[in-house]
Amino acid sequence: MTRSSFKTTLAILAATLAALPLAAAPAAAQAAKKIRIGFVTTLSGPNAAYGQDMKNAFELALDHMGRKMGGIPVEVVYEDDEQKPEVGKQKTEKLLQRDKVDFVAGYIWSNVLLASYKPAIENKTFLISANAGPSQLAGDQCSPYFFAASWQNDQNHMAVGELLNQKGAKKLYMVAPNYAAGQDATNGVKALFKGQVVGQDMTKWPDQLDFSAEISKIRAARPDAVYVFFPSRWGVQFYTQYNQAGLKKDIPLYSAFTVDAVTLKLQKDLALETYLTMTWGTDLPYAANQKFVGDFRKKHKDNPTFYGAQSYDAANLIASAVTATRGNLKDKDAVRKALEAAKFDSVRGPFKFGNNHFPIQNVYQQEVYKTADGEYDLRTVSTVLTAHQDPHAAKCKM
Amino acid sequence: MLLLLFEQFLNGLQIGLLLFLLAAGLTLVFGIMDLVNLAHGSLYMMGAYFAAVFTQWTGNFFLGALLALPAGALLGIIVEVVALRTLYTRDHLDQVLATFGLILFFNEFARVVFGAGGMAIELPSWLEGQVEIMPGLPYPSFRFLIIVVGLGCAGFLYLLVQKTRLGMLIRAGASNREMVGALGIDIKLLFTLVFGLGSALAALAGLMSGPITTVQIGMGDNILILALVVIVIGGIGSIRGAFIAAVAIGVIDTMGRAFLPNMLGSFLNPSDAGTLAQALSSMLIYILMAAVLVLRPAGLFPAPGR
Repeated sequence: MTRSSFKTTLAILAATLAALPLAAAPAAAQAAKKIRIGFVTTLSGPNAAYGQDMKNAFELALDHMGRKMGGIPVEVVYEDDEQKPEVGKQKTEKLLQRDKVDFVAGYIWSNVLLASYKPAIENKTFLISANAGPSQLAGDQCSPYFFAASWQNDQNHMAVGELLNQKGAKKLYMVAPNYAAGQDATNGVKALFKGQVVGQDMTKWPDQLDFSAEISKIRAARPDAVYVFFPSRWGVQFYTQYNQAGLKKDIPLYSAFTVDAVTLKLQKDLALETYLTMTWGTDLPYAANQKFVGDFRKKHKDNPTFYGAQSYDAANLIASAVTATRGNLKDKDAVRKALEAAKFDSVRGPFKFGNNHFPIQNVYQQEVYKTADGEYDLRTVSTVLTAHQDPHAAKCKM
Repeated sequence: MLLLLFEQFLNGLQIGLLLFLLAAGLTLVFGIMDLVNLAHGSLYMMGAYFAAVFTQWTGNFFLGALLALPAGALLGIIVEVVALRTLYTRDHLDQVLATFGLILFFNEFARVVFGAGGMAIELPSWLEGQVEIMPGLPYPSFRFLIIVVGLGCAGFLYLLVQKTRLGMLIRAGASNREMVGALGIDIKLLFTLVFGLGSALAALAGLMSGPITTVQIGMGDNILILALVVIVIGGIGSIRGAFIAAVAIGVIDTMGRAFLPNMLGSFLNPSDAGTLAQALSSMLIYILMAAVLVLRPAGLFPAPGR
């Protein structure tokens, strides 16, 4: 290329670039031509099954709405956080800056979410958590740009505390991983449990897979109930080791988030006759839920997990806001009002947001049973907490 | 209290012996072949997957394990012949890079072949129970089996290395590789055999930990770091050093987890006590390593002549 033709090219390029914002400006005031959503979850490593479940459910929700929200086509960019806070943050920033998404959603892990939410809210992009609900974001760090379509971490654990009271447990031993969600877990149980906590271990997260030292301590402490919070593979490991130590038949085991459709394939009999709490189940009798569960089973030949159910709700929540604002996503206040209204059919039935943008919802006791064809499934036993709001809401000034 | 102390010691011993099985193979390969093999953890993972698949197939854990061991050794030999042979003359950084690549390969391979959800290894019912080691101390049968197998393996390796011709070659190789070659020993075959043995040990460690921690993608990645610490403390190429260092690390880590939180809990809240206890017990391991490096830079039991 000669020098003069290079200059010409540069000039043309510069002119084109200069013209771009002018061409784009008139469009900005009107409805977006395309809704772009970034979805961050764990798609590699040992917990890829959960990320995939969330993705499947989110895609199913889009299929159900004809891949359009309020008549506008939707595009989703999925990103893998590798279950690492620093990677989650980096992927979130990439979605905001490069892909210029209108919403960010997803996030399984509380520590990943806590590392990632700042870039989103500083960018004034709405972030919808489809799983993690750390207490920090429900309390003094609550944000006008953050919504949890799932729960506040404490809610399921508080239900365990209440369930323990109902079953008459007096002495409790607790084991949970030492990270944001594990701390919320043990605090949640303690908030409602009326008996005495005789021991508590916080294990190294996520490295520790062998709980022999903790289980020996449980045996020595002779509690009349044990409570654990170990999501995904850690739950399989704890349940296995608890049984191998011979404690399952002696001391009733309570847990939240520790048994789900994925872990159950490995836990099987070990999860029978343990006490579980959850805000959603495949058997909740709401029409939206029956449609979601039925079509998910048809498409994927498998049960959805609660991670999936919440992702399905997250998609519908976003759609409700796009529809209400007629796709004018530049009007942030209008979008926020629409999200706060939560005008969508949740798979959990009754669903509304509290002042801190966390759900007010029921929490149920669940149990594992063996189906007629020898498989294992979860079913709802009773409602433990009704229209429950998390205890951090009062600390949220917004 | 004394009973709990003893039980926690057994827990530490069991974790240490599992670590020893992994570190023994690593230290042999590192010491004799001068090869830094980060993919050793992948062989551990593949051993566990083999055991899970074969156990499902035969319906018996012992048959599954019996099949998984040669499968693990064979996989190791294939990896050695196909990928690692060309790396012996390269420097350690190249080896680290190449074997790190193997980790990524095996993790993805496991995801494609066995699925992302992981697998459980079903034990026969008598192994799911407990044995009464002492009155009032029931101990999980399978963990007890790990202790027995770990000690048995340590004895076997001791005899193999100290009393057999192959062991003599291994010791000679660890001291001076070139000289062994110069004396007319087929060093290529020796390397392949040693690598196969190391892989079988890794597979054994994997299949023994599978029923406790379940079989998962990347299960070898974290434990490999501890295994590297073990061989640094024990002395590269030394089975005896690996044994003592692995058991010491297992016991220190378990005792730290078992008793530090309660001691610290008297003046800290459980979460802070947990954080501090974990930090201290893993720090103790690295302090031990640092102390060994200062006092005996070649490790506790270095191969003579190195």
